[in-house]
This record gives sequence, structure tokens and C-alpha cells, in this order.
Amino acid sequence: MNEILDGFYQAVHLIITLNPEVMEITVRTLEISLISTAIATIISVPLGGLIHFREFRGKRVLVTLIQTLYALPTVIAGLFVFLLISRAGPFGFLRLLFTPGGMVLAQSLLILPIMTGLTLTALSGVERSTRDTIISLGATEVQTILSLVHEARFAILGSVALGFGRAISEVGAAMMIGGNIRGFTRVLTTAIALETSMGNISLSLALGIILLAIALVVNLLVHMVQQERVSLD
Amino acid sequence: MINLQGVTRRYGTHAAVSDVSLRIPKGSLVALIGPSGSGKTTLLRLMDLLERPTAGRLLFDGVDTDGTEKERLALRRRMAMVFQKPVPLSTTVEGNVAAGLRYRKVPKEEIRARVAAALAIVGLSHLADRYAASLSGGEMQRVALARALVTEPELLLLDEPTANLDPENTSLIEDLIRRVNRNQGTTIVLSTHDMGQGQRLAGTLALIMQGRVHQSGRAQDLYSSPVTQEAARFMGFENLWEGTVMEMEEDLTRIEIGGSRITTVTDAGVGESVTACIRAEDLTLLPAGARQGSARNTLAGTITRIALHGSFARVTVDAGFPVTALVTHRSADEMALSEGQPICIAFKATAVHVIRRADHSPAAVS
Repeated sequence: MNEILDGFYQAVHLIITLNPEVMEITVRTLEISLISTAIATIISVPLGGLIHFREFRGKRVLVTLIQTLYALPTVIAGLFVFLLISRAGPFGFLRLLFTPGGMVLAQSLLILPIMTGLTLTALSGVERSTRDTIISLGATEVQTILSLVHEARFAILGSVALGFGRAISEVGAAMMIGGNIRGFTRVLTTAIALETSMGNISLSLALGIILLAIALVVNLLVHMVQQERVSLD
Repeated sequence: MINLQGVTRRYGTHAAVSDVSLRIPKGSLVALIGPSGSGKTTLLRLMDLLERPTAGRLLFDGVDTDGTEKERLALRRRMAMVFQKPVPLSTTVEGNVAAGLRYRKVPKEEIRARVAAALAIVGLSHLADRYAASLSGGEMQRVALARALVTEPELLLLDEPTANLDPENTSLIEDLIRRVNRNQGTTIVLSTHDMGQGQRLAGTLALIMQGRVHQSGRAQDLYSSPVTQEAARFMGFENLWEGTVMEMEEDLTRIEIGGSRITTVTDAGVGESVTACIRAEDLTLLPAGARQGSARNTLAGTITRIALHGSFARVTVDAGFPVTALVTHRSADEMALSEGQPICIAFKATAVHVIRRADHSPAAVS
């Protein structure tokens, strides 16, 4: 018990004194997760819009497949990207293995299904009559999708926040693709795993508190924006 | 402007619109009138190119609309539609009205000016910065109208434009519709279930029932000469009596109905089965045994029911077949009408509208 309390005090100390290693890991983690989320957003929102808007053969199957991939285990995503970018893989020449770039690729792929699926759900939440109104007003297909995304923006923001949460908290792909190299690919989750196994409880706790704090801030921000919408309605 | 040729629209096995042929001339104001669920909305959606006909052709300004999505978009941008329950886009009133112009890539400065003008027309300039979702039903209806008008459509489609509005907003919207048609020359097609609104606004009415055009023409013609029993009932004829033509003398025809004979004016020939239609308000009630010179027809019967209806009394009489008459409250009092009392019903030969059996199947009218 004492050890835990002790670790907790030290953790707070590490954070308050802006310990260089803790800060460095935190900044890198934010960078990798934010870029992954941005890439996944740029792909998943238009993709979700297109799947929602177009009628085609196999649409049901595709949507079911996407929903199945919500539960994609992070180590499977890691393994898949590992095979792609390892020296012998088709994209081995990019030399992405054990780099932050490779981690971004893995995390983007990992959160793409859930963000696409939630975009679809968000767009389905827009009334059919809203879509008819937009089309009737003379919108092209692209304008219609953009307008629908605008109508569903608060729900889509929720999907972005969820994607970010999944990216920042996953450890499997980050470990396999990044390799947890100190000062290069070490992120909050891989650092916690390593430091805990080495018995550095206080450092692990400090990193854990930061991870939780980031999640809390993101949630608060999303909540605030969505409250705004309620007051607008 | 719009020309429908045998247009059918099916959803699964249900035909919402079947074999409708209708020509809507440029600059006209046409009302599609009919009960709820008769296919008026589907017709308007077809005209707005939101749906494609399952069968038949739909021409807009002489152009067949069954083209690619791109071609249909180009045509759709020349029209505008206001839905029965207008949906606010989640932005300000100004943003809502600007939407159609933004889609058309109109320059920003021009958008601002035209949106301001459109809002002024519907009298909502003061609400420009309000969030559209916070508006009342009547205000939103006016925003939807401004949103449609701002694109200066050649064809304006209005689905039950005043269905959910109070009388004040209704007359405001009706005034606007009339002005747009008269001043801008915009062709307008509107749907309504209110015969009064159809009469007030439209030069031409098309009566839509069960997905078909039963009849079309001037309001007064539809009102006085419905061609089917359903049309007659919708136009407010309460008495529909089925009978057989017995004899003709000069231009009068005698029809036997449930043992009584009435005199009418019709082209139907002897032996033909017909329906005689007469409005409840065209019947006069007289004390039993009385005779009235000007009315050719008298029927004797017994009052079975008296129901009060505002300043009127609806009197149901058994004359061998049920007859409904509408008399003022006052005359009901003066005659001391009561249920079970014998009574005489009188009406003019010209007050009877005769539907010939041959006319029963609804014809496509242009």
C-alpha cells in the first residue's frame, strides 16, 4: 500500500516538475495519435459519406464487414502492418518499421473501420427529409454529402473522439510496429508496459495519470461542443 | 412546362401514382387536390425529379427528364420545392435561404443581396441571424418559401403549403403564392386537401384519388360536375342516389330511384344506370303535403335524424332511401322539425348532377 502511495506522490512530482522524459513521451504520443486520427478522419468521413449516399451491390455486406472490424484486435492490425512494411514486405522499401511513421500507419488502419462505421451511423441519423431538401435545393452529389456531414457534424465529432481514444490507448500495434525505442518510438502505453515490468511504478503511474487526463480533456471538449448544439436547437 | 405522360410510380407492389397524364402550362397555377394518401406528394416528388417514374414519361420544358443524374440536376436547378413539413438545415435562417445559391456557386456578394431580398419578401428580415431550428412552424414555412424563391425557379412545387398553419399564416402564404405567380410568372403546382384553397388560388385543379387523376379542369367545373362517385363525394355532394333512366321528354329526363321518380337534366339514355348527385344545401324542406312551384321534384319521407352543425341543421330523411338536407338553424326552428315527423323534400331539376355509369372509370384528362 505504501509503495503505491509513494509511487503516486512521485508521479505527481514528475508531472509538476515537467520531467523531460515524461514530457517527451507525452508529446510524441499526442503527435502520433493526432496524426493517425487526422488521417483516419480524412479517409473515413468521405468514405462513410459515399457508402451512405450510394446504392450498390454488396452494400449490406460491406457495412457488416466494417462493423465486424470495430473489434479488430490491435495486435492483428499490428501484425498486418508488420507484414506490409517489414523488409521482405511489399512496402519494405519505405523503411517504416520501428518508426513513428509506421505507428501512424498502423493506428490509422486500426481506427479506420470504427470511424467509418460511426460516420455511417451518424449520417443515418440525419432525417431522410433533410437529404431530400438538400437534393431539391440543387446540390450535386459531393455537395449533398458535404451538407449531410455538416448536418451530422456533432455525431461525427463523437466518432473522431472515439477514434482518437482508441489510437492513444492501444498498446499492441504500437509495440509491434514502433518497438518501444527510447527517445524515438516510445509512447505512453508502451512506456507504461515496460516501466511496470521493470518495477518503476512511480513513472508508470505518472504516465498513466497523463493518459487518463488526456482522455478526460478530449471527452470534456466533445461534451462542450455537443452542449453547444443543444443550446442552438 | 411539365408534361406527364402515363406516369406510374410503384413502391414494391403498391402503386402510389398510376398512369397519370397531366399537362401543366407555363405560367399557370395548378392545384393537385385530393384526400391524404392519394399520391399528391409522390406526384410532386416526381416533378421535382427526386424520384423516377416506374413507367411513363415526364417532360420538363419539352425535355425528357429520364436522363443521367447530371442532366436531372441541371433541370432540377430550374425548379424548387417546398415540402409539407419544411426541414431546417442546422444553421441560421440566412444560411438556410442561401443554401440553394451556394450549391449553384453564386458569388458571395450576390448571395447576400438576394437572400436579404427573399427574406424581405416573406417578412422575416429580422430573423436572419436566428438559428433556423428555433423557429415556429409558420416562420419555418416562410423560410422554406424564401429558400425556394431565392433561386428564382421557373417551376415552384408546394406540398400542402399551409397544412399545419393557423388562419393568419395561411392567408399570408396564400397571398405570397398568388403574388409570385402573377408578378414573376412562375409556374406553380401545389397540393392541397382543402377544396377552398384550391378554389382561392388555382385556375386549374386536378383531382387526384388513389394515385389517379379523376378529373381536371376549372374549379367551378370540378365543383359542379364531378365525373365519378368518389369525386362527387370529395366535392361535397352528400346525396348520391343510384337509379335507372326511365323516360325522357324534351330536355328533361326522369330517373327512378328506390321507387320514387325524379326529374333531371342529363344526356343519359333510357335504361341506363346512373348516379344522381345533389348537395345537401340544394334541398329544401317543406311541411308534408305542400307543393312548391319552382322545384320540379318533391319526395315524401320521414325525418330520422337531426344533427346540429354550427348555424345549420343536418336533417336525415328516409324517403325510401336516405336523403340528407342542410337547413339553417332558424328554419329548422320555424318548421319545428323533429325526428319521426313526416316531411316533404323539394329540389330543382337543375340542382341534380347525373353521373353516367360509363363515366365511372376515371379517365386521364389533360
